[in-house]
Amino acid sequence: MKNLLLKMADDALIIGHRNSEWTGIGPVLEEDIAFSSMSQDKIGHAWALYRILNEELGGGDPDMVAFNRAAKDFTCCHLVEYPAGEYDFSLVRHFLMDKAEYHRYNLLLQSSFVPLANLAKKVKGELKYHVMHAETWMRQLANGSEESKARMQTALNIAYPIAFSLFEKQEDEAQMIADKVFVGEDALLSIWQEDVHNAIESYGLKVPTNFDSAPFMGGRKGYHTEYLEPLLKEMTEVFSIDPNAEW
Amino acid sequence: MTNSSLDPRIRRIDLEHVKNGVAPTNSHWITFEVFHQDKRGKQPIHVGIVHAPSPEIALMFAKEQYARRKETSNLWVVKSSEVYTFAPEDDDIFETTPEKTFRDPGFYKVRDRIEAYKNKTS
Repeated sequence: MKNLLLKMADDALIIGHRNSEWTGIGPVLEEDIAFSSMSQDKIGHAWALYRILNEELGGGDPDMVAFNRAAKDFTCCHLVEYPAGEYDFSLVRHFLMDKAEYHRYNLLLQSSFVPLANLAKKVKGELKYHVMHAETWMRQLANGSEESKARMQTALNIAYPIAFSLFEKQEDEAQMIADKVFVGEDALLSIWQEDVHNAIESYGLKVPTNFDSAPFMGGRKGYHTEYLEPLLKEMTEVFSIDPNAEW
Repeated sequence: MTNSSLDPRIRRIDLEHVKNGVAPTNSHWITFEVFHQDKRGKQPIHVGIVHAPSPEIALMFAKEQYARRKETSNLWVVKSSEVYTFAPEDDDIFETTPEKTFRDPGFYKVRDRIEAYKNKTS
């Protein structure tokens, strides 16, 4: 169960930091604010999960876990590690990821682990908005100019195979399913695929076929892309100066 | 000359293509009026505007600009061009309204209380 919470927290922390790179340079001011507040939400989700790990499952201090671990100890997936790229890629990743987040937390409403079920209840509205934001832009840009449509399709072709890294299984999955903590990654994947495919087709875009997701697996076991290390270095820069500082 | 700003809200008027004094339209994002409702059942109050390419995006931008911190039950966005108003030069219609204090119900309430007080003391 610890594995589930840690990977969810790591995903949220890393995507939160990654998407915050748009703060100040977003396409327009209002969208800049929107993307930044959703990043803050993600950091909030990470913090809540690290806190549950700390208070209920004997994990370390949330700040230490977030800012004082080596890259190999992170269990985030490859999707969240990739650079922000152009706004098309960031938007498509946001769409693919938040659809998964939305369904994951929705399933966790039924979790036998009460603190997790309570958190799922708390973040429901936030994730609904994250999905609404992603869908609105996907629809807008897929039906905008020829250029915007082409860019969305290209970004989708790149991001879609990587998105399968979200659903990489961990060792203790069978036990977790038996304990009714979570229904498992396969169940989540099939719900996500159906929803995402319907959405993509409704925008007039094509669901990528003939791709290989295998190269993007390993994140859950600590094998990461070359992009994680520099991100962690930047993210922990201030913390590392004085890890014991009082804020 | 076309001055296409990097900001999609501001694509300046294409002066080269002005025909009969009319510049090409649809080169700007749409302006929406935003109304904020803090509790269900209460009146939505006008809080400002947003620029957006569609009502859906206007609603999202309105959430970010006007509902980030305060208590919110709902938001309305309405295209500014859909708001029908008096012409600015017709404001003389309202010129004498402030004089018509007899239309203010508060006026009577206070009068009644003053009269009641007077009757009591006399």
